Amino acid sequence: MHRKTLADIAQGLAQKEFSSVELTENYLRRIAEFDRTLNSFITVLPEHALAQAKQADQLRAQNKAGPLTGVPIAHKDIFCTTGIKTSCGSKMLDNFIAPYNATVIEKSHAAGLVMLGKTNMDEFAMGSSNENSFYGPVKNPHDLNRVPGGSSGGSAAAVAAGLAPAATGTDTGGSIRQPAAFCGITGLKPTYGRVSRWGMIAFASSLDQAGPMTQTAEDAALLMNVLAGFDAKDSTSIHKPSEDFTAKLKTSLVGKKIGLPRQFFAHNMDSAIESAIQNALKDYEKLGVTLVDIDLPTTDLAIPAYYVIAPAECSSNLSRYDGVRFGYRCKNPADLEDLYMRSRGEGFGHEVKRRILIGTYVLSAGYYDAYYVQAQKVRRLIKQDYEQAFRQVDFIAGPTTPTTAFPLNNKNVDPVTMYLNDIYTIAVNLAGLPSISIPCGMSQQLPIGLQLIGNYFSESDLLNAAHRFQQTNDWHKQLLTQSIR
Amino acid sequence: MFLDEHQVSNIALLARIAINQKDIGDYTQDLSNILTLIDQLQNAPTANISPLSNPLEQSQRLRPDTVTETNQRDQFQCHAPLTEQGLYLVPRVIE
Amino acid sequence: MSWETVIGLEVHVQLSTASKIFSGSSTAFGAEPNTQASLIDLGMPGTLPVFNEEALRMAVKFGLAIDAHINRRSVFDRKNYFYPDLPKGYQTTQLHHPIVENGYVDIPLETGGYKRITIIRAHLEEDAGKSLHEDFHGFTGIDLNRAGTPLIEIVSAPEISNAKEAVAYLKIIHSLIRYLGISDGNMAEGSMRCDANVSVRPVGQKELGTRTELKNINSFRFVERAINGEVERQIDLIESGGKVIQSTRLYDSHKNESRLMRSKEEANDYRYFPCPDLLPVVIDDPYIQAIREQLPELPTQKAHRFQSDYQLSPYDAELLVSSRELADYYEQCLNTAPVDAKLVANWVTGALLAALNKETIDITQCPVSPQQLNGLVTRISDNTISGKIAKTVFDALWAGASSADEVIAQQGLKQVTDSGAIQALVDEVIANNADQVASYRAADDAKRKKMLGFFVGQIIKASQGKANPQQINQLLIDTLEKH
Repeated sequence: MHRKTLADIAQGLAQKEFSSVELTENYLRRIAEFDRTLNSFITVLPEHALAQAKQADQLRAQNKAGPLTGVPIAHKDIFCTTGIKTSCGSKMLDNFIAPYNATVIEKSHAAGLVMLGKTNMDEFAMGSSNENSFYGPVKNPHDLNRVPGGSSGGSAAAVAAGLAPAATGTDTGGSIRQPAAFCGITGLKPTYGRVSRWGMIAFASSLDQAGPMTQTAEDAALLMNVLAGFDAKDSTSIHKPSEDFTAKLKTSLVGKKIGLPRQFFAHNMDSAIESAIQNALKDYEKLGVTLVDIDLPTTDLAIPAYYVIAPAECSSNLSRYDGVRFGYRCKNPADLEDLYMRSRGEGFGHEVKRRILIGTYVLSAGYYDAYYVQAQKVRRLIKQDYEQAFRQVDFIAGPTTPTTAFPLNNKNVDPVTMYLNDIYTIAVNLAGLPSISIPCGMSQQLPIGLQLIGNYFSESDLLNAAHRFQQTNDWHKQLLTQSIR
Repeated sequence: MFLDEHQVSNIALLARIAINQKDIGDYTQDLSNILTLIDQLQNAPTANISPLSNPLEQSQRLRPDTVTETNQRDQFQCHAPLTEQGLYLVPRVIE
Repeated sequence: MSWETVIGLEVHVQLSTASKIFSGSSTAFGAEPNTQASLIDLGMPGTLPVFNEEALRMAVKFGLAIDAHINRRSVFDRKNYFYPDLPKGYQTTQLHHPIVENGYVDIPLETGGYKRITIIRAHLEEDAGKSLHEDFHGFTGIDLNRAGTPLIEIVSAPEISNAKEAVAYLKIIHSLIRYLGISDGNMAEGSMRCDANVSVRPVGQKELGTRTELKNINSFRFVERAINGEVERQIDLIESGGKVIQSTRLYDSHKNESRLMRSKEEANDYRYFPCPDLLPVVIDDPYIQAIREQLPELPTQKAHRFQSDYQLSPYDAELLVSSRELADYYEQCLNTAPVDAKLVANWVTGALLAALNKETIDITQCPVSPQQLNGLVTRISDNTISGKIAKTVFDALWAGASSADEVIAQQGLKQVTDSGAIQALVDEVIANNADQVASYRAADDAKRKKMLGFFVGQIIKASQGKANPQQINQLLIDTLEKH
């Protein structure tokens, strides 16, 4: 049962093959059994979930159910949930009970989705391995000695292990796509502004986006129908006409063009990954797609630009964590300065502190122009590169990551080495484009992800391309069927 | 680009983050490495390019001037670290 | 050594919007602590700002009123520092691209004429909360009701030369914001706050001296004292060999002195950068034009018009336009029925203002209506009552009487204009004051003019103030001549 997709579940519920309560109980059992090992959840909500499931079943009995009523889901612990702990993976918010719901949560509730719990994540969404969580690392279900990726590692692992049929994640530099690749699931980062950031704890405001993490592209489309939409409470939210993201799933890909950036393929990538990508591209050719070589000359500038802009924004966004109105406060502060210094010094983990410090530095007097303004200019260059590319092609393809899931406690040592793994995903956030990662192979039983980048607001086309691909192979079904030890 | 420990201490003070003496060396090393990474931006061809803040170059939407919030002080303060008579308390500040 | 003073003023004005600049909380004054502090105002995790359209409109109004350039594209920046009344750890303000730039106001000088003071910029920003230091046994209490209230910060060029000019400037700003209806400008309640940047330099020196910033000046009276005090302090310091340090000083109105403030941020590095949660504010010409068309007549224009339409002196015109309500009162009085504009002006700027000041009430609370005043002045102009008696009538109206005519009738205050009756009084007074009459006749013209007053006074007294003074004068002189 736990291998059912959202589409399967929706159908099963509609046809009364099972109830939402049964379904929810099933997932809760699996969580209880396997999550001590995986550590993909920070908070599990059995009572809350079952109450929601019951209500969903009642609605269905009254013929008032919507397409996803009663379908269980897990939410990354970055979304504020009223009356429920929202930790953002940090000691700083370990005691934080959110007083309101994020828009993503409100929409999920309104759609009748049943919240199983809040998933583990890298602290304040900073990290690529989910080893930066106050609540301990998450294990990759495919290999418990390896990372699931980050920062949405908990969500990815939970879906991969069948502890939830789908989950929400957030992506600032790759945090949905990279863990999706490492765990063998589908992860979509929508166009910037598609999904409301209200209630989504901010890391880097101009880069953050929430999105679905699912077993299939079809499921991602179903979830996008719930999550996307204009929200007046978010000034950066975009007004677009209402869209059914599943409408174009089955459309033919004949005539579509996929661009292959020379700069992506010039980089060192795992040979297994390279061959998996090449095979995937051949599959696309069979679907009628033309492959086109393109140039993205600014590729190597993306990481430096990101590591100026993201830390700069986060250094300011995280200033509100000061021990005054909520969150962690150090014991017996001697004076105000001590309150700030120790609450923040003790409440934040190392990676978060590193990024705040770099961010503070690049914004400081004398460095602002050379770093921050320069990075913003490079950002425009990157955006121009992609705009230029999309005049020639419909999608841009490449590997999601240069390697498969790396071992726990390995790359954790040097931050910069870790950052360099973001090479394929990071420019997408800088440009604000939508992008999806889908499984396209395995290497030594570890999943490999193919990334497709689309033009602004082309999620339906991306999902279409992903769906058609998923209909020609079983890579997305290489999820755990055996128990996790 | 290298920072020294003194510079790192100053940045930490600006950011109000206490760093243990034993950790300062590591932070200094890490930050220096990151700066070396981001120094790669210096050679980028940015002449005549204007900075890009919001990726979609939107402009600000306006909100009507109406009061939509009600008093929720108790709800917001029930988990606050320290309050009294409705005020948030911090160690005495001398101006 | 001759010194000259250079002053620049920064005025923070709280805009009288209903809700805050980035949240839907009420801005009403005086609420219980933290009862008007929403999720956004508290800087709760995950919250985002949305910009109040009325705050924008008010800022543009102000810019147009000072003939400034309105930036079609303005940007909100974050000013980052840590202080407990600043919940997000940054203040949202406008640094590089403010909404308003390069305007001016003309301030009236005591010596006559006007001086133009450049307003470098006016920008939108959010207010911080309040810290209460006194009552909490070693703790400071933070109230965030005020956090997020919209402000415009108005920055003048350092073109003000003394404390009196500073006061004149502030009064103009105060009047302007009230005229525009964008703020009540209440300094005591904090809806208009003034910081003064003060420096001195030897006369003739081009470079500016080091300046200090004076804060916590919350009335026009204190402005003058605080500035003069600081100028004196700086001059004394330099003349005794010391140096002025760039610093912030808090003014204490009880002690009439300022002291060095413990700085809020040691290294004043605010790390400004554009706020990524807010987008550039883009406005177009039609938007600005629509606001321009709705601007009320401004004090300067009104003062000019009063001078030309009503033949008032510049002084009287300035006084009448100093508050929009007063100017409106004046014109409502004139519009009631044809009446002597100058005479009404005298009454408004004289007796009426005096009475208002005595009871410390505002023109909006004046018990005498413009229509009633019109009635009173009309009866002076048509000689029904004398100027002196008019004061009695005025007092009666102030106390609640319904019209001048009613008072005149009830108290029998009609002026005596019958020449026969006045002549009789003249004769009576002359007869009773033979010595004074003799002195008068013996005196020269200049002295006579002065002595006339005595007789006039006696006659007025004898008539219980009702005899028409002009007629008294004329008949008196004639009679004295004759003998």
